[in-house]
Amino acid sequence: MSGVTPIDRIKGTAVPLRGDNIDTDRIIPARFLKEISFSGLGAHVFADDRRSMPGHPFANADFAGASILLVNENFGSGSSREHAPQALMRWGIGACVGQSFSEIFLANSTTIGLPCATAAAADIEALMAITEHAPTTPMALSVRTRTITAGGRTVALHFPAAVRDSLLTGQWDATGLLLSEFEDVQRIASRLPYVTGF
Amino acid sequence: MPRTLLQKVWDLHTVRRLPSGQTQLFIGLHLIHEVTSPQAFDMLRRRGVGVAFPERTYGTVDHIIPTLDQSRPFADGLAEQMMAALERNCDEFGIRVAGLDSDRQGIVHVIGPELGLTQPGMTIACGDSHTSTHGAFGAVAFGIGTSQVRDVLASQCLAIAPLKVRHISVSGELGPGVYAKDVILEIIARLGVRGGVGYAYEYGGEAVERMTMDERMTMCNMSIEGGARIGYVNPDETTFAYLEGRPHAPGGDAFVRAKEWWRSMASDADAAYDDVVEIDGGAIEPRVTWGINPGQSIGVSQPIPDKASAATDGEAIGEALDFMGFTAGSPLAGTRVDVAFVGSCTNGRLSDLREAARVARGSSVASHVRALVVPGSTQVRQAAEAEGLDEVFLQAGFEWRGAGCSMCLAMNPDRLNGREVCASSSNRNFKGRQGSPTGRTLLMSPAMVAAAAISGEVTDVRTML
Repeated sequence: MSGVTPIDRIKGTAVPLRGDNIDTDRIIPARFLKEISFSGLGAHVFADDRRSMPGHPFANADFAGASILLVNENFGSGSSREHAPQALMRWGIGACVGQSFSEIFLANSTTIGLPCATAAAADIEALMAITEHAPTTPMALSVRTRTITAGGRTVALHFPAAVRDSLLTGQWDATGLLLSEFEDVQRIASRLPYVTGF
Repeated sequence: MPRTLLQKVWDLHTVRRLPSGQTQLFIGLHLIHEVTSPQAFDMLRRRGVGVAFPERTYGTVDHIIPTLDQSRPFADGLAEQMMAALERNCDEFGIRVAGLDSDRQGIVHVIGPELGLTQPGMTIACGDSHTSTHGAFGAVAFGIGTSQVRDVLASQCLAIAPLKVRHISVSGELGPGVYAKDVILEIIARLGVRGGVGYAYEYGGEAVERMTMDERMTMCNMSIEGGARIGYVNPDETTFAYLEGRPHAPGGDAFVRAKEWWRSMASDADAAYDDVVEIDGGAIEPRVTWGINPGQSIGVSQPIPDKASAATDGEAIGEALDFMGFTAGSPLAGTRVDVAFVGSCTNGRLSDLREAARVARGSSVASHVRALVVPGSTQVRQAAEAEGLDEVFLQAGFEWRGAGCSMCLAMNPDRLNGREVCASSSNRNFKGRQGSPTGRTLLMSPAMVAAAAISGEVTDVRTML
């Protein structure tokens, strides 16, 4: 069993990635999913966008080494590939802050210990402006206090209660929790008509 | 108290409420494939954990397999490695797998229903976002990521937050040449690609009640494109008739008892919904996407929207038009296509191939078009061949392939080149989705794809029926 690791504070510089509905095919194109391990994914994050969009933040040396990703609406829509948050994490991202996230992306990120917080559009804009103006601005995000501070400004963050709870308690890796009352699992299974043969 | 199907299934499968407020939900059927499972099995091995319910798990291969030459080892070493990993993992943990040597192989969302594994009242999970397809049977089915695949393998459970339910009622009768694909594209255009976040979509109304199971699967399949992780249709006589006699469906007296239980799982007539949406099915035209997400579609007779026509989404429209090379205000009909693809978990079933063949019969694919028909499963392929559809397609100049995901997502040799435009019956028109970073995808029904293949350009299929 893996240990329980609470996640609260993420510090570092940020990378601003503007645009709504940035889907998982863009985060990690499908051809890079032909792997039986996640370990090499960091090198391929936004592989096509980096090549085709001049000045893409993930190709900009100013943002190399960033640990907080700033995004707009519906980030991570599309495929359920966990490879997307895995690739971001292996590139160096430790937390995402955006206007909204797709449901499966949020679940996958939480399950691998990558906090995704939402903030008001005006606050996202302010954070993006700060980091675009001065990419070395340090930021500090706290899951516990639901805030991110940057350049003397503190912005309120929102997490679904269960997401925040699982990060702070270290239960984001749910396997141990789900196995802890296994007799209850067997009891539920044994009363399902399709398990018992109707 | 009256309940929806979602609530009934949820209650029945709830192991407990977790301290976080999430539900520990028992998963009745876990479907796995080669792309999102190998890392999950590795995590199990590293933790010394086994598979809790191997008999409730079923594997197949679909994403990476070639559809032309399926002999082993595959020409692509990475694909071969993934295939071998799935075989090894299923063998080691005692999981049934429909491999290439089995006539049950196919796209996971085609074979689950086809084999009768998918049944009403079940919870179903699979490491693929189009798992929502199985909701067509009145199952609660959702896509998960690899770490959750690990959790389901280890415990047959997921930690998941309850969802709201939006009832989407499609009234009236669909016109000729209008299909389930057009209905779901209309719904996504209307409610937006993130309109369904936090919701399960329950589809009903006369038009849905009249649909075959294949059509209901097309609807539910694309729920996720509207942001809804789950889509479902309440089970009815159409559902039961489909399931009767399937290899994994209950037989004999058990089938009679099962029907009674399945019927009881449907939403109660007076169930309360968090939201209700009404759509006039009779007003829906054949639809085509013009942009880079599945919400960007129009009726085939309508002009491509203008940046100024949407107050909030102008920037997104501009980005899409730039990428596609389309002009606002122009018609989409008449757009030259280079490739035509009939297939995928959205529209790769027998009735889809029949509708495409109806258009293709006796005609020829335009000389500049590369056209592929890829059955969703080996059983679909065999059934289509038994009624001569392969001959119809081959005579018209389509390629007739083996079963797999093919050009829907380009994890196999089937892909677009350069800026090719593809008329596609698949589910996503994202940038780069079909394998070329600059390739362009126009989503439409299989009949519309066949029409585009024949005429060489986007064409209203109603003029060809």
